[in-house]
Amino acid sequence: MKLTVWTYEGPPHVGAMRVATGMKGLHYVLHAPQGDTYADLLFTMIERRDHRPPVTYTTFQARDLGSDTAGLFKKACQDAYDRFKPEAIIVGASCTAELIQDDPGGLAETMGLPVPVIPLELPSYQRKENFGADETFFQIVRHLAKPMEKTARVSCNIIGPTALGFRHRDDVQEITNLLYELGIEVNVTAPMGATPTDITKMGQAHFNVLLYPETGEQTARYCERTFDQPFTKVIPIGAGATHDFIAEVRALSGSTAELDTDRLRQSWWSRSVDSTYLTGKRVFIFGDGTHVLTAARIARDEMGFEVAGLGCYNREFARPVRALAKEFGVTPLITDDYLEVERAIEELQPEMILGTQMERHIGKRLGIPCAVISAPVHVQDFPARYSPQMGFEGANVIFDTWVHPLVMGLEEHLLHMFREDFEFNDAAGPSHHGGHAPQKQGAPAPVEATPEPATTGEVIWLDLAERELKKIPFFVRGKARRNTETYATEKGLREISLDTLYEAKAHFAR
Amino acid sequence: MTDQFTPPPSVGCRAAPVLKQRGQREVFCGLTGIIWLHRKMQDAFFLVVGSRTCAHLLQSAAGVMIFAEPRFGTAILEESDLAGLNDAHAELDREVETLLARRPDIRQLFLVGSCPSEVIKLDLSRAAERLTQQFAPKVRVLEYSGSGIETTFTQGEDACLASMVPVLPKTQERELLVVGALPDVVEDQMMALLDGLGVGPVRLLPARSLDVETGIGPNTVFALTQPFLADTHAALERRGATHIAAPFPFGEEGTTAWLAAIAAQFGVSDETFKAVTDAPRRRARAAIAQASEPLNGKSVFFFPDSQLEVPLARFLTRECAMTAVEVGMPYIHDSIHGPDLDLLPEGPQISEGQDVDLQLDRCREARPDLTVCGLGLANPLEAEGLSTKWAIELVFTPVHFYEQAGDLASLFARPLRRKGLLKHEGIAASDPTMREVAQ
Repeated sequence: MKLTVWTYEGPPHVGAMRVATGMKGLHYVLHAPQGDTYADLLFTMIERRDHRPPVTYTTFQARDLGSDTAGLFKKACQDAYDRFKPEAIIVGASCTAELIQDDPGGLAETMGLPVPVIPLELPSYQRKENFGADETFFQIVRHLAKPMEKTARVSCNIIGPTALGFRHRDDVQEITNLLYELGIEVNVTAPMGATPTDITKMGQAHFNVLLYPETGEQTARYCERTFDQPFTKVIPIGAGATHDFIAEVRALSGSTAELDTDRLRQSWWSRSVDSTYLTGKRVFIFGDGTHVLTAARIARDEMGFEVAGLGCYNREFARPVRALAKEFGVTPLITDDYLEVERAIEELQPEMILGTQMERHIGKRLGIPCAVISAPVHVQDFPARYSPQMGFEGANVIFDTWVHPLVMGLEEHLLHMFREDFEFNDAAGPSHHGGHAPQKQGAPAPVEATPEPATTGEVIWLDLAERELKKIPFFVRGKARRNTETYATEKGLREISLDTLYEAKAHFAR
Repeated sequence: MTDQFTPPPSVGCRAAPVLKQRGQREVFCGLTGIIWLHRKMQDAFFLVVGSRTCAHLLQSAAGVMIFAEPRFGTAILEESDLAGLNDAHAELDREVETLLARRPDIRQLFLVGSCPSEVIKLDLSRAAERLTQQFAPKVRVLEYSGSGIETTFTQGEDACLASMVPVLPKTQERELLVVGALPDVVEDQMMALLDGLGVGPVRLLPARSLDVETGIGPNTVFALTQPFLADTHAALERRGATHIAAPFPFGEEGTTAWLAAIAAQFGVSDETFKAVTDAPRRRARAAIAQASEPLNGKSVFFFPDSQLEVPLARFLTRECAMTAVEVGMPYIHDSIHGPDLDLLPEGPQISEGQDVDLQLDRCREARPDLTVCGLGLANPLEAEGLSTKWAIELVFTPVHFYEQAGDLASLFARPLRRKGLLKHEGIAASDPTMREVAQ
């Protein structure tokens, strides 16, 4: 038993729903108690879908448990087929139905439905949402795709995008266009947008582009073995990664087509002098493995940040994330415990968080700006505008997204200079944000956003030093406090005086 | 005071035939109630003993999530817990100890049963007894079921309140107990009205904190503010309390009828009643008249969801001049919903339970001007050209009593007003698949 306040991933059947809802012509019959239909709103509300997810729930109740839940399942399955006439059906159980052991797969098989019925085994008490999506997609491909003659022109499948994915909609469009420019046709994009009939044709492609290892890696490996289709290993998030991805695709396809890279503004934006204030900003990175791995590289190599810590919530990606942390010289945090992530951030006092919606909460509580880089998704992660993370446009979008929560370059200086200004003081926050408001004359001093106890561990802040610290603008105060304390500890000091503060400042100057 | 009433219909819906269908039900489970209960009882923590699905539901239903550590959590059952029940109890004790050590502000802990905990027959009442003994007197531990196999949506609050009834102290006093979680602002208005009528002492269930004395006994009379409190109603009657049956306090008419029933019970004079209610009644009428203008003459279709459907249908038909096509309820209790059904003019199909696909067929056929439904159905129906009102908003928004009557009408009017304002057809295009659908 494990106490959970917020979860990063849903149960595995929600992963299966992401596959089914992304596809067309597929129906999911889910043996589940009343109430599990809540999952529909993830798609209709968060993603604003205009149709119900293609899922029929048996919605059994307590009174059914004593009688015939198996019969209920078969009726639901038959009704779903009659009403929706899908090309294929996937069947499975949610956590409660798993306990009553009705074996939906076996039941559906005996019904003689005239379409393929694919049973899913998704262990609810061991695995989570991403596994559910990955496994479901793999089972669909394993049941439906057959070896085929390759297309005459070089082509690939795009593998991994699902419903409710973080920016999958726009990533697919960006990468499809990129491949088109390289002269490569997309044979099938799946699961998102594919029908079961499309899946049967996946074997025609020459290679696969794996965009989301979390939800497509099993399938990519299966296709490599079964259809002799190599797959891309680079995830094209960031300018550098996109260039590497293009090189990888060229190697797999033999494409030599010229590419127009003028659209990539991020590199110049990052070099332009306004961006110098980004230099060495300490960031903490947390999310799903794939987005964290790519974000770390962007942070260091394309933004000039210092990566202060990183980690992921999906244990399946612990190995590469650990390796990356080693390369960056930081301790990896592999956990799905929200409170543990919060503790790590509190301790590291980064100047910015690159995280999920959950870290956005943490950032808000601790007064640290946060940009969202990864699922779990929120209605805000489905913007109306085109907003990919991948490819050249993705790199541009990421630059804007990460810079937005920060106080802008010149404003930083102004805040240093005019700290006491009534409408332009540091408690008002970045001036381009909604929270910014002039302070009333004579109003009490602003309450610290960050809880900052006067003593941390062994070291005591003397009054003068403490007051001086408060004069430092909020967006660097955390760093100043931390550096000073580190310095004091290194020097074996028990107290921090004004001098200690400035000695530490000189020590850490860059 | 009767001069201002619209006369009751010659034939109401109390005896109307009820359509009962059995199929997929598109409803939340009772765990959802935690989202508002944990805000209402500020010294309480709700610990769901369940699966990752339960945790995910709470997070999704909370929607935008709350920017604080919430006063609810899920003890997620893992593979190892399913093997032996003794282990599960030890595990639960350990999690509760950790929780209470970290959150010393907790005075009441609710262990909330879920579908998986019930299917594996994890006995939470035994756990609650054991933990109460361990942590008394500082923390009181109670348990109830919010599972989908036992409860739908608002029944979770019912189960929670019912679990508190047996431990309420005994009293012989003649007191009014008002039952149902209300937003604080609404509760204050209600208390002011009852105070004006000279009714008292008034006790509340749930009280804002454990320290408030809410007792119960044979001289207690109680009124419900929410139509989903059937189990609590039964538990209170078992403790000897008497129910004041009345329409629910939605709209001017509902509020007046609800107050009148209580006034009659406490012997309040007509003059006093008029003196206290005349001004707010006039205000409420004026507000409704203004806010309900877009609703006049329009039709409404209710999918079963919050259990508020019958009283709201009564409000919309009698005070906002709408026509009800179908009024679906998760379940109907004559003793609780009867007074509202009496006032609901005959005509609408009354339905209990759900086969969502068949009900959607009926809704599409009827093409109502407004459809009240859950979040899973709203956008799909909008995309088919219907206007919808999400039912969950009715549970989260202050809608009871006079001063909110206009707001209640506005909630329903807003989708229709909005439709009138927007000049361009919306094409749903959240992914490439949907663009094709829309074309």
